[in-house]
Amino acid sequence: MTAHQLPQGRTPKRSYPDHWERYSLRERIVQWVWLGGIAIAAAWSVSALDIEWAFFADAHEQAADLISRMWPPRWTYLPRIVQPLIETLHIATLGTMIAIVFALPVAFLAARNTTYNQATWLIGRAMLVLSRSINTVIWGLLFVAIFGPGPVAGICAVAARSVGFIAKLVAEAIEEVDAGQIEAVESTGASTLQVYGVAILPQILPVLIGTSIYRWDINVRESSVLGFVGAGGIGLLLYASINQFAWSQAIVILIAILGIVIISEALSAYVRSRIV
Amino acid sequence: MTTAVASYPSRWRAPSIFGSPSRRLAFWALVCAYLVWSLSTLNVDTARILAGLPRAWTILARMVPPDFGRWELLLTGMVESVQIAIAATIIGAVLSIPIGIAAAANLSPRPLYLLARAFIVTGRTFHEVIIAIFFVKLFGFGPVAGLLTLAFSSAIFLGKMLAEDIENMKPGPVEAIRATGASFGQTFFYAVVPQVLVKTLGVLIYRLDSNLRHSTVIGIVGAGGIGQTLSASFSRYDFDFASAILLTIAAMVAFGEWFSDWARRRLR
Repeated sequence: MTAHQLPQGRTPKRSYPDHWERYSLRERIVQWVWLGGIAIAAAWSVSALDIEWAFFADAHEQAADLISRMWPPRWTYLPRIVQPLIETLHIATLGTMIAIVFALPVAFLAARNTTYNQATWLIGRAMLVLSRSINTVIWGLLFVAIFGPGPVAGICAVAARSVGFIAKLVAEAIEEVDAGQIEAVESTGASTLQVYGVAILPQILPVLIGTSIYRWDINVRESSVLGFVGAGGIGLLLYASINQFAWSQAIVILIAILGIVIISEALSAYVRSRIV
Repeated sequence: MTTAVASYPSRWRAPSIFGSPSRRLAFWALVCAYLVWSLSTLNVDTARILAGLPRAWTILARMVPPDFGRWELLLTGMVESVQIAIAATIIGAVLSIPIGIAAAANLSPRPLYLLARAFIVTGRTFHEVIIAIFFVKLFGFGPVAGLLTLAFSSAIFLGKMLAEDIENMKPGPVEAIRATGASFGQTFFYAVVPQVLVKTLGVLIYRLDSNLRHSTVIGIVGAGGIGQTLSASFSRYDFDFASAILLTIAAMVAFGEWFSDWARRRLR
């Protein structure tokens, strides 16, 4: 008798199942509890919204009506929207440029290894949260109240939202820089600003450029609706066309927005792939 | 033998991040040219902006202290926003599954794949606020339009992420399950789902967080939620109530972001 043979005697009872199951009973119960929880959350959310189901009944008629009003697009309107489209791109670009200028100091403030002390770190973090948690359109609402309607409010809104976005990612990059280079530059007797410029900036530059270009293409998309609150760009004309029920103009504007957003997205993806 | 004249600089300068001085010059020239061009074409009303600076101070002064007196209105709007976000994420997740499968090159036939990709590209282009206008037109003012807007854009976003995850999965398990004679549904549940589940859950939590952020803004075009309250308070120059709303939104979004980070870390 060799060691690997089963001991003689009565054969062991078959305790294994004869049917393959992916999950054990316990896993199944956990899954059902999760599903039940999600179903309850969905039911609570939908039921409390007091939905007017009558609106669903004629939605398809409304949709058909909308399409019949949109088609054919009024292409003669196209020359009128070229200038607002350029303005939209300017709002996105200038806003991003301003944001880069402000994002760098905020990023250094909000990174643990370059901030001055705990209090300045908290200030930096608070600026990130405040900037990021308020949507561009809401920033637009605020700046229109200050500067009046026009592209300046739009530029400020885009900048205000983008500072937090860029600074957050740059701050994360600063926290992950190679400490050896900082030490090396510090050991030459460089001042803090020189250390930042010579040891840290070159290391975070790819992140800064990549993030800024990525944010720029988001900003093109965002600035297409800033006009809704009066902050300049193509949104102003789109909102006006919709309010006048000039749907055949609205579709021309929508196609134009589709065009510039897709082009800017492709451009941004191309440049980022070249850099990183 | 003559010694070479020292031609190297006696002072060290940090290497330029632009590579060469001429490239740096070209870069800044380009930036200046762009600034001149853009600022000259934008019709900027300088007088109005200068008038705005003292106004900014007045508005800021009226925003402090924030007025939480009408907290019931604030709470109603906020709860509505949260409900819109949760329901939209769940509905969007359900809708994203067929979109994700159709847009994965390795699972779906070529024509369906191209159709799904075109749908995703078109849908992603438009800002939530633009989509909200259409749903407001179709379903009337109110939270339903907001819910459908966010569900629509979530379905597209989640579908795109799901399609990418499916395309990046390992083909081995799929082949193995297929070799047992499994149907498409069985292959999907036993080979695809286990590979993409964790990542998809992470994306889902991220989307819940970003829906929470978006649900605060679609109210501006009448699609329900706290955005409607905020927009109304701005147009009534009710700045102390507006600042209370803004602070509440900021707090909730910060909490949502923290929760989403925490939950995604737990998943990994």
